[in-house]
Amino acid sequence: MPNTETYNDHVVRLFLLASAVWGIIGMLVGMYAAAELAWPALNFDIPWLTFSRIRPDHTFGVIFAFGGSALMGTCYYVVQRTGHTRLALNKLANFTFWGWQLACVLAMATMPFGITQSKEYAEPEWFVDLLVAVVWVAFGAVFFATLARRRIRHIYVANWYYGAFIIAVGLLHIVNNIAIPVSLFKSYQVYSGTVDAMVQWWYGHNAVAFFLTAGFLGMMYYFVPRQAQQPLWSYRFSIVNFWALISVYMWAGSHHLMYTALPDWVQSVGMAFSLILLMPSWGSAANGLLTFNGSWHRLKDDPAAKFMVLALVFYAAATFEGSMMAIKTVNSLSHYTDWTIAHVHSGSLGWVAMITIGSLYAMAPRALGQPAMYSRRGMEVHFWLHLSGTLLYVLAMWWAGVTEGMMWRATQPDGSLTYSFLDSLIAIKPLYALRWFGGVLIWLGMWVMAWNLWYTAADARAHLIKPIPVPIPEPDSDQTPAPLPAQG
Amino acid sequence: MAGGYKYFEAIEKHAGLLGILTAIMVSIGGLAEITPMFMEAHKVQPADGVKPYDPLRLAGRDIYVREGCYLCHSQMIRALRFETQRYGHYSVASESVYDRPFQWGSKRTGPDLARIGGKYSDDWQRLHLQDPRKVAPDSNMPGYPWLEKTPLDASDIQARMRVLRMLGDPYSDADIASAPEALKDKNELDALVAYLQGLGVKNEPASMTAASPASDGGTP
Repeated sequence: MPNTETYNDHVVRLFLLASAVWGIIGMLVGMYAAAELAWPALNFDIPWLTFSRIRPDHTFGVIFAFGGSALMGTCYYVVQRTGHTRLALNKLANFTFWGWQLACVLAMATMPFGITQSKEYAEPEWFVDLLVAVVWVAFGAVFFATLARRRIRHIYVANWYYGAFIIAVGLLHIVNNIAIPVSLFKSYQVYSGTVDAMVQWWYGHNAVAFFLTAGFLGMMYYFVPRQAQQPLWSYRFSIVNFWALISVYMWAGSHHLMYTALPDWVQSVGMAFSLILLMPSWGSAANGLLTFNGSWHRLKDDPAAKFMVLALVFYAAATFEGSMMAIKTVNSLSHYTDWTIAHVHSGSLGWVAMITIGSLYAMAPRALGQPAMYSRRGMEVHFWLHLSGTLLYVLAMWWAGVTEGMMWRATQPDGSLTYSFLDSLIAIKPLYALRWFGGVLIWLGMWVMAWNLWYTAADARAHLIKPIPVPIPEPDSDQTPAPLPAQG
Repeated sequence: MAGGYKYFEAIEKHAGLLGILTAIMVSIGGLAEITPMFMEAHKVQPADGVKPYDPLRLAGRDIYVREGCYLCHSQMIRALRFETQRYGHYSVASESVYDRPFQWGSKRTGPDLARIGGKYSDDWQRLHLQDPRKVAPDSNMPGYPWLEKTPLDASDIQARMRVLRMLGDPYSDADIASAPEALKDKNELDALVAYLQGLGVKNEPASMTAASPASDGGTP
């Protein structure tokens, strides 16, 4: 019997395309929202263009539409390659693609019209939440069914992270969004006040943990060794970090609520676990970076590797910053200021976007039947646009955040406050303009990537590429499921 | 491989076991922190003077939620001296028992609003919401001129109050029956201003109004 099993790269390509498109849309909204903060006339008194209406579109667009599509696409790619098997449940896999895109379009199209729960990072109303839950369960079914039919007994660590990402995000999404609908476009949360605050930041923080960290670590653990062309620096270390990361992260959510009406003990527990969290975070970053030991020369001629290394550096920096910001004394200055915005973006633009872009550049040629990306120079241009944009953005917001924090607490010798609130806004306005410019550079970089992907996909667009056969490993007597015999 | 490793190897080779253990590990932290608060929740009683939102303010709160005000304004005065100096007595848990979702916020592009009620006149609030730069030339807040042009939709206020009652907010039958009357001939701006003017006034525990810190009174 000849081996006719091939990898299902079709759904991977769809997600690749979707993530490039959503990246451009999500960042365009972010850029516009940033411009509105610097030049409020840009709100034009149009309801659906107003800052407070479109800001959730930016966060949802980049996290769930761009990041989510990239995660699901790479997850499907990685689970097939590491298990030497075709994706299970073809039709359900296609459903996860179209279902996810529908959920993203519905969310993005309703929020600017005021159809929102107003829970940060969980704004879409109940009917979108239901669709997301259904798609998510289907995604989990495809992933675990594929693991079940793998031909390599040992489950590679990247899949552990993808698995944790699927399980935890499903749990978070469902618990946080329990609400009773009043009408199609309005619902009320079952939680209120302090309990809602705790549930919301348990969700909000762990959306960062499991969506923006665990999922992308899965990406990192597959594509970094692939691009470094060396095995992971320490496999054992990656496993220690896995268990530490997933169990510690869940405790740290309350550091978003320091000095508030949340009970003190929860604040202290959140702070303690945030400090512990630094260890597994730096552990994963070190493991990724050390994997490049001995192949640092690849940074000279492989922009994808460059994106990955910078991503790991930003990951280490942002997790250090996060742990420091969870210390109550630091938090009293940083909270409610633009320092938070700087921190989020050094994590999302530095770590998440860079590991995604690096992985897409590594995966795209393989999924599109090409030896390499269409333009290496395009990748280089993208790298420098993205890096300079991110640095401008983050430095501007750090400066703004510390300025606000210092001005809000400044007192005169007689004990009265030195500045009015408006003084602090006037002081940081030029930095809002600078931040906007950083965003423009990043957005232009995304266009360069889209252009590059478009030409790399020339054969795929002309339906010229052939599916790649799954390599069948040597039979192993006690292996389940029994492998198909090798071809020939 | 060392002796104990074979047990761990079982996890690495069985997807189901790996999934179950992962689910257990990720659940512990959340359970430990949220469960006690859930158990305590019924103990956090609204203090004297904290009442559920009357229909007009409820409509205003839902407009505040709809417009996304929480993205730039917190309603949480932290227990820090420079905060209480600027905004008034620090916020306590019993003030937000009727907030679904909670409105503590995470970013202050504008000032905290937990005790904004009564600090400005109704007219100032109306003018400011229509075009903030008319009263504060350096503000970067968007204008919300459509609120005044939109009459309040009284059709589902009763449905809203019934759902809230189901969730535990103590509305009486009479409260619900008279709700449409309270919204009659009002527009969205009226409701939002009523909501803002009640913040820190209508939901401030009675014990606090008497014992504000000596330093209170800094203008926002």
